[in-house]
Amino acid sequence: MAGLGDIGAATSRPDPMAPRFLTVRRRIRETADVATLDIALDDADAERLACRPGQFNMLYAFGVGEIPVSVSGDTSIGDRVTHTIRAVGAVSKALVNLKSGDAIGLRGPFGSSWPVEEATGCDVLIVAGGIGLVPLRPVVYHLLRRRVDYGRVSLLCGARTLDDLLFRKELDAWRRTPDFQLRVSLDRADRRWSGDVGYVTGLLPKARVDSAETVAMVCGPEIMIRATAQALEDMGVSATRIFVSLERNMKCAVGFCGHCQFGPHFLCKDGPVYRYDRIRDFLAIREL
Amino acid sequence: MKDIEELLHQQPFAQGLEGAVVALVAGCARNAVFQPGDYLLREGAAADCFYLIRHGTVALETFVPGRGAVAFLTVKAGEILGADWLVPPYRSSFDARAVELTRAIAFDGKCLRGKCEADHHVGYEMMKRFIPPLVQRLRMARLQSLET
Repeated sequence: MAGLGDIGAATSRPDPMAPRFLTVRRRIRETADVATLDIALDDADAERLACRPGQFNMLYAFGVGEIPVSVSGDTSIGDRVTHTIRAVGAVSKALVNLKSGDAIGLRGPFGSSWPVEEATGCDVLIVAGGIGLVPLRPVVYHLLRRRVDYGRVSLLCGARTLDDLLFRKELDAWRRTPDFQLRVSLDRADRRWSGDVGYVTGLLPKARVDSAETVAMVCGPEIMIRATAQALEDMGVSATRIFVSLERNMKCAVGFCGHCQFGPHFLCKDGPVYRYDRIRDFLAIREL
Repeated sequence: MKDIEELLHQQPFAQGLEGAVVALVAGCARNAVFQPGDYLLREGAAADCFYLIRHGTVALETFVPGRGAVAFLTVKAGEILGADWLVPPYRSSFDARAVELTRAIAFDGKCLRGKCEADHHVGYEMMKRFIPPLVQRLRMARLQSLET
Protein backbone atom coordinates (compact mmCIF):
# COMPACT_ATOMS: atom_id res chain seq x y z
CA MET A 1 0.00 0.00 0.00
CA ALA A 2 1.96 3.01 -1.21
CA GLY A 3 1.28 6.64 -0.70
CA LEU A 4 -0.75 6.60 2.51
CA GLY A 5 1.16 9.67 3.58
CA ASP A 6 0.10 11.62 0.56
CA ILE A 7 -3.31 12.94 1.41
CA GLY A 8 -4.75 14.90 -1.48
CA ALA A 9 -3.67 18.50 -1.34
CA ALA A 10 -6.13 21.36 -1.29
CA THR A 11 -7.58 22.23 -4.66
CA SER A 12 -6.41 25.61 -5.90
CA ARG A 13 -9.10 27.74 -7.53
CA PRO A 14 -8.87 30.95 -9.53
CA ASP A 15 -10.83 32.96 -6.98
CA PRO A 16 -11.32 30.91 -3.86
CA MET A 17 -13.10 33.70 -1.97
CA ALA A 18 -15.91 34.14 -4.51
CA PRO A 19 -18.96 31.96 -3.84
CA ARG A 20 -21.04 30.32 -6.54
CA PHE A 21 -24.73 31.18 -6.38
CA LEU A 22 -26.64 27.91 -6.39
CA THR A 23 -30.07 26.53 -5.61
CA VAL A 24 -31.20 24.07 -2.98
CA ARG A 25 -32.88 21.21 -4.82
CA ARG A 26 -34.07 19.26 -1.78
CA ARG A 27 -33.93 19.36 1.98
CA ILE A 28 -34.16 16.19 4.03
CA ARG A 29 -34.80 16.50 7.76
CA GLU A 30 -32.51 13.91 9.37
CA THR A 31 -33.12 14.62 13.07
CA ALA A 32 -34.62 17.45 15.12
CA ASP A 33 -31.58 19.64 14.52
CA VAL A 34 -29.88 18.11 11.47
CA ALA A 35 -30.84 18.49 7.82
CA THR A 36 -29.33 17.40 4.53
CA LEU A 37 -29.31 19.78 1.57
CA ASP A 38 -29.00 18.61 -2.01
CA ILE A 39 -27.64 21.56 -3.99
CA ALA A 40 -28.20 21.44 -7.73
CA LEU A 41 -25.20 21.73 -10.06
CA ASP A 42 -25.19 22.32 -13.80
CA ASP A 43 -22.55 20.66 -15.96
CA ALA A 44 -20.05 23.51 -15.60
CA ASP A 45 -20.44 23.64 -11.83
CA ALA A 46 -20.27 19.86 -11.58
CA GLU A 47 -16.80 19.98 -13.08
CA ARG A 48 -15.73 23.07 -11.18
CA LEU A 49 -16.99 21.82 -7.81
CA ALA A 50 -16.01 18.15 -8.10
CA CYS A 51 -14.76 16.99 -4.73
CA ARG A 52 -13.33 14.00 -2.90
CA PRO A 53 -14.62 12.26 0.24
CA GLY A 54 -13.56 14.24 3.30
CA GLN A 55 -13.39 17.65 1.66
CA PHE A 56 -15.60 20.56 2.63
CA ASN A 57 -17.28 23.58 1.10
CA MET A 58 -17.96 26.98 2.58
CA LEU A 59 -21.73 27.40 2.57
CA TYR A 60 -23.16 30.89 2.63
CA ALA A 61 -26.59 31.71 4.03
CA PHE A 62 -27.29 35.06 2.45
CA GLY A 63 -27.47 37.87 4.94
CA VAL A 64 -26.36 35.66 7.78
CA GLY A 65 -22.90 34.30 7.15
CA GLU A 66 -20.69 31.49 5.98
CA ILE A 67 -19.49 28.25 7.59
CA PRO A 68 -17.44 25.21 6.52
CA VAL A 69 -19.52 22.08 5.97
CA SER A 70 -18.27 18.63 4.96
CA VAL A 71 -19.56 17.00 1.84
CA SER A 72 -21.91 14.20 2.90
CA GLY A 73 -23.14 12.77 -0.37
CA ASP A 74 -21.84 10.48 -3.06
CA THR A 75 -18.98 12.38 -4.65
CA SER A 76 -19.33 10.40 -7.88
CA ILE A 77 -22.71 11.99 -8.61
CA GLY A 78 -22.15 15.13 -10.64
CA ASP A 79 -25.52 16.85 -10.76
CA ARG A 80 -25.58 17.81 -7.09
CA VAL A 81 -23.44 18.36 -4.05
CA THR A 82 -24.85 17.17 -0.74
CA HIS A 83 -24.22 18.63 2.70
CA THR A 84 -25.56 17.60 6.08
CA ILE A 85 -25.70 20.35 8.69
CA ARG A 86 -26.47 20.45 12.38
CA ALA A 87 -28.10 23.65 13.63
CA VAL A 88 -25.84 24.95 16.38
CA GLY A 89 -25.37 28.64 15.55
CA ALA A 90 -26.96 31.44 13.55
CA VAL A 91 -25.53 30.41 10.17
CA SER A 92 -26.08 26.69 10.55
CA LYS A 93 -29.65 27.32 11.73
CA ALA A 94 -30.29 29.47 8.66
CA LEU A 95 -28.84 26.76 6.40
CA VAL A 96 -30.86 23.99 8.04
CA ASN A 97 -34.01 26.04 7.47
CA LEU A 98 -33.41 26.52 3.74
CA LYS A 99 -36.06 24.98 1.52
CA SER A 100 -36.21 23.58 -1.97
CA GLY A 101 -35.69 26.43 -4.43
CA ASP A 102 -33.86 28.72 -1.99
CA ALA A 103 -30.58 30.31 -3.00
CA ILE A 104 -27.34 29.35 -1.30
CA GLY A 105 -23.74 30.47 -1.74
CA LEU A 106 -20.97 27.92 -2.04
CA ARG A 107 -17.24 28.06 -2.50
CA GLY A 108 -14.90 25.15 -2.54
CA PRO A 109 -14.12 22.36 -2.42
CA PHE A 110 -11.37 22.76 0.13
CA GLY A 111 -9.04 20.63 2.17
CA SER A 112 -7.53 17.19 2.18
CA SER A 113 -9.49 14.00 1.65
CA TRP A 114 -9.77 10.50 3.08
CA PRO A 115 -7.22 8.08 1.55
CA VAL A 116 -9.78 5.91 -0.22
CA GLU A 117 -7.57 5.23 -3.23
CA GLU A 118 -4.48 4.57 -1.14
CA ALA A 119 -6.42 2.08 1.01
CA THR A 120 -7.14 -0.14 -1.98
CA GLY A 121 -6.48 -3.77 -1.05
CA CYS A 122 -6.62 -3.07 2.68
CA ASP A 123 -9.23 -3.71 5.35
CA VAL A 124 -11.01 -0.46 6.09
CA LEU A 125 -12.36 0.43 9.50
CA ILE A 126 -14.54 3.53 9.75
CA VAL A 127 -15.37 4.90 13.19
CA ALA A 128 -17.88 7.73 13.44
CA GLY A 129 -19.16 9.57 16.48
CA GLY A 130 -22.36 11.59 16.15
CA ILE A 131 -22.22 14.19 13.39
CA GLY A 132 -18.79 12.72 12.53
CA LEU A 133 -20.62 10.27 10.30
CA VAL A 134 -21.25 13.12 7.85
CA PRO A 135 -17.76 13.43 6.31
CA LEU A 136 -17.38 9.64 6.38
CA ARG A 137 -20.57 8.87 4.47
CA PRO A 138 -18.91 9.62 1.09
CA VAL A 139 -16.24 7.07 2.04
CA VAL A 140 -18.93 4.42 2.55
CA TYR A 141 -20.43 5.23 -0.85
CA HIS A 142 -17.02 4.91 -2.43
CA LEU A 143 -16.22 1.61 -0.70
CA LEU A 144 -19.59 0.09 -1.59
CA ARG A 145 -19.26 1.21 -5.18
CA ARG A 146 -15.85 -0.43 -5.44
CA ARG A 147 -16.34 -3.16 -2.86
CA VAL A 148 -14.13 -5.74 -4.62
CA ASP A 149 -11.13 -3.42 -4.34
CA TYR A 150 -11.04 -3.63 -0.54
CA GLY A 151 -10.66 -6.27 2.11
CA ARG A 152 -13.00 -6.39 5.06
CA VAL A 153 -14.96 -3.21 5.60
CA SER A 154 -16.44 -2.21 8.95
CA LEU A 155 -18.38 0.86 9.97
CA LEU A 156 -18.76 1.54 13.70
CA CYS A 157 -21.17 4.35 14.57
CA GLY A 158 -21.91 6.02 17.84
CA ALA A 159 -24.79 8.36 18.61
CA ARG A 160 -26.19 9.83 21.80
CA THR A 161 -29.71 8.48 21.35
CA LEU A 162 -31.79 6.79 18.67
CA ASP A 163 -33.31 10.18 17.83
CA ASP A 164 -29.82 11.58 17.21
CA LEU A 165 -28.76 8.75 14.91
CA LEU A 166 -28.20 10.06 11.39
CA PHE A 167 -29.14 8.41 8.11
CA ARG A 168 -31.15 5.65 9.78
CA LYS A 169 -32.75 4.27 6.62
CA GLU A 170 -29.38 4.20 4.95
CA LEU A 171 -27.80 2.49 7.95
CA ASP A 172 -30.52 -0.17 7.77
CA ALA A 173 -29.71 -0.71 4.10
CA TRP A 174 -25.98 -0.91 4.80
CA ARG A 175 -26.65 -3.40 7.60
CA ARG A 176 -28.22 -5.71 5.02
CA THR A 177 -25.33 -5.27 2.59
CA PRO A 178 -23.29 -8.46 2.22
CA ASP A 179 -19.66 -8.30 3.18
CA PHE A 180 -20.10 -5.05 5.08
CA GLN A 181 -20.02 -4.94 8.87
CA LEU A 182 -22.08 -2.24 10.54
CA ARG A 183 -22.30 -1.83 14.30
CA VAL A 184 -24.13 1.03 15.95
CA SER A 185 -23.93 1.91 19.61
CA LEU A 186 -26.04 4.48 21.43
CA ASP A 187 -24.90 6.29 24.56
CA ARG A 188 -28.33 5.69 26.05
CA ALA A 189 -31.39 3.97 24.71
CA ASP A 190 -35.04 3.35 25.41
CA ARG A 191 -36.96 0.19 24.58
CA ARG A 192 -37.19 1.05 20.88
CA TRP A 193 -33.53 0.05 20.56
CA SER A 194 -32.28 -3.51 20.92
CA GLY A 195 -28.72 -3.00 19.69
CA ASP A 196 -25.49 -2.06 21.43
CA VAL A 197 -25.47 0.60 24.14
CA GLY A 198 -22.27 2.25 25.31
CA TYR A 199 -19.49 4.46 24.00
CA VAL A 200 -18.45 3.86 20.40
CA THR A 201 -14.95 2.69 21.39
CA GLY A 202 -16.65 -0.30 23.04
CA LEU A 203 -17.40 -1.56 19.52
CA LEU A 204 -13.76 -1.70 18.45
CA PRO A 205 -13.06 -5.22 19.75
CA LYS A 206 -16.01 -6.41 17.65
CA ALA A 207 -14.66 -5.00 14.39
CA ARG A 208 -13.80 -7.77 11.95
CA VAL A 209 -10.51 -6.42 10.68
CA ASP A 210 -6.88 -7.44 10.63
CA SER A 211 -5.02 -4.76 12.59
CA ALA A 212 -1.89 -5.03 10.46
CA GLU A 213 -3.85 -4.67 7.23
CA THR A 214 -6.29 -2.03 8.36
CA VAL A 215 -6.65 1.58 7.35
CA ALA A 216 -8.80 3.34 9.93
CA MET A 217 -10.74 6.53 9.32
CA VAL A 218 -12.12 8.32 12.36
CA CYS A 219 -14.31 11.38 12.81
CA GLY A 220 -16.32 12.73 15.71
CA PRO A 221 -15.81 14.97 18.73
CA GLU A 222 -12.10 15.53 19.35
CA ILE A 223 -12.07 13.60 22.63
CA MET A 224 -13.71 10.69 20.81
CA ILE A 225 -11.06 10.90 18.09
CA ARG A 226 -8.26 10.80 20.66
CA ALA A 227 -9.82 7.91 22.56
CA THR A 228 -10.51 5.95 19.38
CA ALA A 229 -7.06 6.50 17.91
CA GLN A 230 -5.48 5.41 21.19
CA ALA A 231 -7.64 2.30 21.31
CA LEU A 232 -6.77 1.49 17.70
CA GLU A 233 -3.07 1.78 18.47
CA ASP A 234 -3.61 -0.50 21.48
CA MET A 235 -5.20 -3.00 19.06
CA GLY A 236 -2.06 -2.89 16.92
CA VAL A 237 -3.13 -0.47 14.19
CA SER A 238 -0.16 1.74 13.33
CA ALA A 239 -0.65 5.48 13.74
CA THR A 240 0.50 5.78 10.11
CA ARG A 241 -2.64 3.89 9.08
CA ILE A 242 -5.06 5.90 11.21
CA PHE A 243 -6.65 8.96 9.63
CA VAL A 244 -8.71 11.54 11.47
CA SER A 245 -10.72 14.57 10.44
CA LEU A 246 -10.40 17.57 12.71
CA GLU A 247 -12.62 20.58 13.12
CA ARG A 248 -11.45 23.98 14.28
CA ASN A 249 -12.48 27.54 13.70
CA MET A 250 -12.23 27.75 9.90
CA LYS A 251 -13.04 31.11 8.34
CA CYS A 252 -11.34 31.73 5.00
CA ALA A 253 -10.75 28.07 4.02
CA VAL A 254 -7.60 28.90 2.09
CA GLY A 255 -5.00 29.45 4.83
CA PHE A 256 -5.05 33.26 4.76
CA CYS A 257 -6.72 34.23 8.00
CA GLY A 258 -5.04 31.88 10.46
CA HIS A 259 -8.15 31.21 12.53
CA CYS A 260 -7.78 27.46 12.18
CA GLN A 261 -4.04 27.33 12.85
CA PHE A 262 -3.10 24.16 14.68
CA GLY A 263 0.60 24.18 15.47
CA PRO A 264 2.32 24.45 12.09
CA HIS A 265 -0.87 23.40 10.27
CA PHE A 266 -3.81 25.30 8.88
CA LEU A 267 -6.67 22.88 9.19
CA CYS A 268 -8.59 24.39 6.28
CA LYS A 269 -5.69 24.00 3.88
CA ASP A 270 -3.58 21.14 5.25
CA GLY A 271 -6.52 19.28 6.79
CA PRO A 272 -9.18 18.53 7.78
CA VAL A 273 -8.06 14.92 7.18
CA TYR A 274 -4.73 14.06 8.74
CA ARG A 275 -2.66 10.97 9.20
CA TYR A 276 -2.76 10.51 12.95
CA ASP A 277 0.99 10.28 13.58
CA ARG A 278 1.41 13.74 12.03
CA ILE A 279 -0.91 15.54 14.43
CA ARG A 280 -0.98 13.29 17.50
CA ASP A 281 1.56 15.37 19.43
CA PHE A 282 -0.30 18.59 18.70
CA LEU A 283 -3.55 17.14 20.01
CA ALA A 284 -1.82 16.74 23.37
CA ILE A 285 -0.88 20.44 23.57
CA ARG A 286 -3.58 22.10 25.63
CA GLU A 287 -2.83 25.62 24.44
CA LEU A 288 -3.61 24.75 20.81
CA MET B 1 -19.64 -29.13 39.40
CA LYS B 2 -17.29 -30.28 36.69
CA ASP B 3 -19.65 -28.93 34.06
CA ILE B 4 -19.51 -25.46 35.54
CA GLU B 5 -15.75 -25.74 35.90
CA GLU B 6 -15.45 -26.64 32.23
CA LEU B 7 -17.72 -23.79 31.22
CA LEU B 8 -15.67 -21.44 33.35
CA HIS B 9 -12.44 -22.57 31.71
CA GLN B 10 -13.91 -21.51 28.35
CA GLN B 11 -14.44 -17.93 29.53
CA PRO B 12 -11.92 -15.10 29.02
CA PHE B 13 -12.40 -14.54 32.75
CA ALA B 14 -10.54 -17.78 33.49
CA GLN B 15 -7.56 -17.09 31.25
CA GLY B 16 -4.41 -17.18 33.36
CA LEU B 17 -6.19 -18.60 36.38
CA GLU B 18 -4.68 -21.68 37.96
CA GLY B 19 -6.84 -24.78 37.73
CA ALA B 20 -7.17 -24.93 41.51
CA VAL B 21 -8.51 -21.37 41.64
CA VAL B 22 -10.97 -22.09 38.83
CA ALA B 23 -12.16 -25.16 40.74
CA LEU B 24 -12.47 -23.10 43.92
CA VAL B 25 -14.54 -20.28 42.40
CA ALA B 26 -16.61 -22.78 40.41
CA GLY B 27 -17.86 -23.96 43.78
CA CYS B 28 -19.73 -20.65 44.06
CA ALA B 29 -21.16 -20.83 40.53
CA ARG B 30 -24.19 -22.21 38.77
CA ASN B 31 -25.53 -22.22 35.27
CA ALA B 32 -28.30 -19.73 34.43
CA VAL B 33 -30.55 -19.11 31.44
CA PHE B 34 -32.68 -16.01 30.90
CA GLN B 35 -35.44 -15.44 28.38
CA PRO B 36 -35.77 -12.06 26.64
CA GLY B 37 -37.20 -9.59 29.13
CA ASP B 38 -36.04 -11.50 32.20
CA TYR B 39 -34.15 -9.49 34.79
CA LEU B 40 -30.76 -10.67 35.99
CA LEU B 41 -30.42 -7.82 38.50
CA ARG B 42 -32.89 -5.32 39.91
CA GLU B 43 -31.93 -1.83 41.03
CA GLY B 44 -32.00 -1.56 44.82
CA ALA B 45 -32.19 -5.30 45.39
CA ALA B 46 -29.53 -7.27 47.21
CA ALA B 47 -26.48 -7.68 44.97
CA ASP B 48 -25.93 -11.26 45.94
CA CYS B 49 -24.49 -12.43 42.65
CA PHE B 50 -22.66 -11.49 39.48
CA TYR B 51 -22.62 -13.10 36.06
CA LEU B 52 -20.27 -14.09 33.31
CA ILE B 53 -22.26 -13.82 30.10
CA ARG B 54 -21.72 -16.86 27.88
CA HIS B 55 -24.22 -16.03 25.18
CA GLY B 56 -26.69 -13.25 24.52
CA THR B 57 -27.05 -9.58 25.37
CA VAL B 58 -27.98 -7.89 28.63
CA ALA B 59 -29.00 -4.22 28.84
CA LEU B 60 -28.07 -2.28 31.97
CA GLU B 61 -30.90 0.12 32.67
CA THR B 62 -32.15 2.63 35.14
CA PHE B 63 -35.64 4.07 35.41
CA VAL B 64 -35.95 7.76 34.55
CA PRO B 65 -39.26 9.40 35.47
CA GLY B 66 -41.06 10.49 32.34
CA ARG B 67 -38.77 8.48 30.10
CA GLY B 68 -39.11 4.97 31.43
CA ALA B 69 -36.27 2.48 31.42
CA VAL B 70 -33.10 3.94 29.86
CA ALA B 71 -30.27 1.62 28.88
CA PHE B 72 -26.75 2.96 29.36
CA LEU B 73 -24.70 -0.13 28.50
CA THR B 74 -25.07 -3.52 26.90
CA VAL B 75 -23.04 -6.47 28.10
CA LYS B 76 -22.35 -9.37 25.79
CA ALA B 77 -20.75 -12.78 25.65
CA GLY B 78 -17.43 -12.99 27.46
CA GLU B 79 -18.12 -9.94 29.62
CA ILE B 80 -18.75 -9.54 33.34
CA LEU B 81 -22.07 -8.29 34.63
CA GLY B 82 -22.32 -6.86 38.12
CA ALA B 83 -19.77 -5.44 40.55
CA ASP B 84 -22.03 -4.34 43.41
CA TRP B 85 -21.49 -7.70 45.14
CA LEU B 86 -17.96 -6.41 45.87
CA VAL B 87 -18.92 -3.17 47.58
CA PRO B 88 -20.95 -2.80 50.81
CA PRO B 89 -23.88 -2.59 51.28
CA TYR B 90 -24.06 -5.06 48.35
CA ARG B 91 -27.05 -3.48 46.67
CA SER B 92 -27.56 -3.49 42.92
CA SER B 93 -27.31 0.01 41.43
CA PHE B 94 -29.13 -0.74 38.16
CA ASP B 95 -31.47 -3.14 36.41
CA ALA B 96 -29.99 -5.78 34.13
CA ARG B 97 -32.45 -7.11 31.54
CA ALA B 98 -31.89 -9.87 29.01
CA VAL B 99 -32.42 -8.41 25.54
CA GLU B 100 -32.30 -11.84 23.93
CA LEU B 101 -31.93 -15.40 25.12
CA THR B 102 -29.00 -15.18 27.49
CA ARG B 103 -26.89 -17.93 29.01
CA ALA B 104 -24.63 -17.05 31.89
CA ILE B 105 -22.60 -18.42 34.75
CA ALA B 106 -24.04 -16.98 37.95
CA PHE B 107 -21.76 -16.56 40.98
CA ASP B 108 -22.92 -16.37 44.57
CA GLY B 109 -21.30 -13.15 45.73
CA LYS B 110 -21.31 -13.95 49.43
CA CYS B 111 -19.73 -17.35 48.78
CA LEU B 112 -17.01 -15.82 46.60
CA ARG B 113 -16.35 -12.94 49.02
CA GLY B 114 -15.77 -15.55 51.71
CA LYS B 115 -13.24 -17.39 49.57
CA CYS B 116 -11.49 -14.14 48.68
CA GLU B 117 -11.21 -13.24 52.37
CA ALA B 118 -9.93 -16.69 53.24
CA ASP B 119 -7.34 -16.73 50.45
CA HIS B 120 -6.09 -13.32 49.35
CA HIS B 121 -4.41 -14.83 46.29
CA VAL B 122 -7.88 -15.77 45.05
CA GLY B 123 -9.08 -12.31 46.01
CA TYR B 124 -6.26 -10.67 44.06
CA GLU B 125 -6.99 -12.81 41.00
CA MET B 126 -10.63 -11.74 41.20
CA MET B 127 -9.63 -8.07 41.48
CA LYS B 128 -7.39 -8.40 38.42
CA ARG B 129 -10.42 -9.55 36.47
CA PHE B 130 -12.91 -7.02 37.79
CA ILE B 131 -10.85 -3.83 37.80
CA PRO B 132 -10.01 -3.61 34.03
CA PRO B 133 -13.63 -3.69 32.79
CA LEU B 134 -14.67 -1.31 35.57
CA VAL B 135 -11.93 1.15 34.63
CA GLN B 136 -12.79 0.76 30.95
CA ARG B 137 -16.46 1.46 31.63
CA LEU B 138 -15.52 4.43 33.81
CA ARG B 139 -13.43 5.87 30.97
CA MET B 140 -16.26 5.44 28.51
CA ALA B 141 -18.78 6.98 30.90
CA ARG B 142 -16.46 9.96 31.38
CA LEU B 143 -16.18 10.48 27.63
CA GLN B 144 -19.94 10.21 27.24
CA SER B 145 -20.54 12.78 29.94
CA LEU B 146 -18.02 15.19 28.42
CA GLU B 147 -19.71 15.02 25.02
CA THR B 148 -23.18 15.69 26.33
